[in-house]
Amino acid sequence: MRQRDTKGVSLASDDELLLKLELFSDPKLLCVVRGALERLTEVFGFSPPDRRSVTRAVDEALTNIMRHGYNGRTDQPIEVYCRRVRPRTAQSADGLEILLCDQGPAVDPSKLRGRRLDEIKPGGLGLHFIRQSMDTVEYHRAGGTNQFRLVKYLRPSTQSRSS
Amino acid sequence: MQISARHTDNTTIFDVTGDIDLANSPEVRKALLREVREKRTPRVVMNLSKVRYIDSSGVASLVEGLKASRDLNLRFILFGLSASAREVLQLSRLLKIFEVYDNEDQALSS
Repeated sequence: MRQRDTKGVSLASDDELLLKLELFSDPKLLCVVRGALERLTEVFGFSPPDRRSVTRAVDEALTNIMRHGYNGRTDQPIEVYCRRVRPRTAQSADGLEILLCDQGPAVDPSKLRGRRLDEIKPGGLGLHFIRQSMDTVEYHRAGGTNQFRLVKYLRPSTQSRSS
Repeated sequence: MQISARHTDNTTIFDVTGDIDLANSPEVRKALLREVREKRTPRVVMNLSKVRYIDSSGVASLVEGLKASRDLNLRFILFGLSASAREVLQLSRLLKIFEVYDNEDQALSS
């Protein structure tokens, strides 16, 4: 059963919600979120490379919110919801969904593609890292809230640890 | 994150400890560019053996250091990459662009 919290964030039933974080848009808190995600992905049963991938994707998404959504302001709210999602097919395994919510201005979807990598230059790598790291990357705007939805599915051989 | 410098003949070695992310990558960038552009040190070496995590802003700082070094015909070297640091350089297709060694001895004898 799906439900909505007070800010209009679409959630699955409570028993699938694994972790909710509320933080300010202060870059000093990024290491705190990484620490939480490292442990959550370990408990969830991801392999070490996949744990690093998920943690990196969330870190980069939060960085984008802090830099671009909130333009460097350190006192703005961000919410992070982590929950289990069911397999896409009978042959696949459960996944970890991370929903990042912020109250910044709407994002131009055309700017969410990331840049080409054939030129050596600094910047613009975060979106590329996110897309390389996750199975699903989606953006929605709902009720004045930006929602970035990231999903990473377990590889079937690793799921036994999380069941 | 902490960054400190050691100086030997024509070489500066930066020892970095901790994670490099949005909170501190400007500090890394500033130290690197000062060493390259202002001091024009012939060989700048980054010891990343105690860096567990580098985000895209940290990679961007390293790329800026590399570009500034190339512009001045200086050398910019990395060593001691963690699995995570190696992964982000591979993801950004930059691993082959940098001069990378496993340890300090190899980096300094290169």
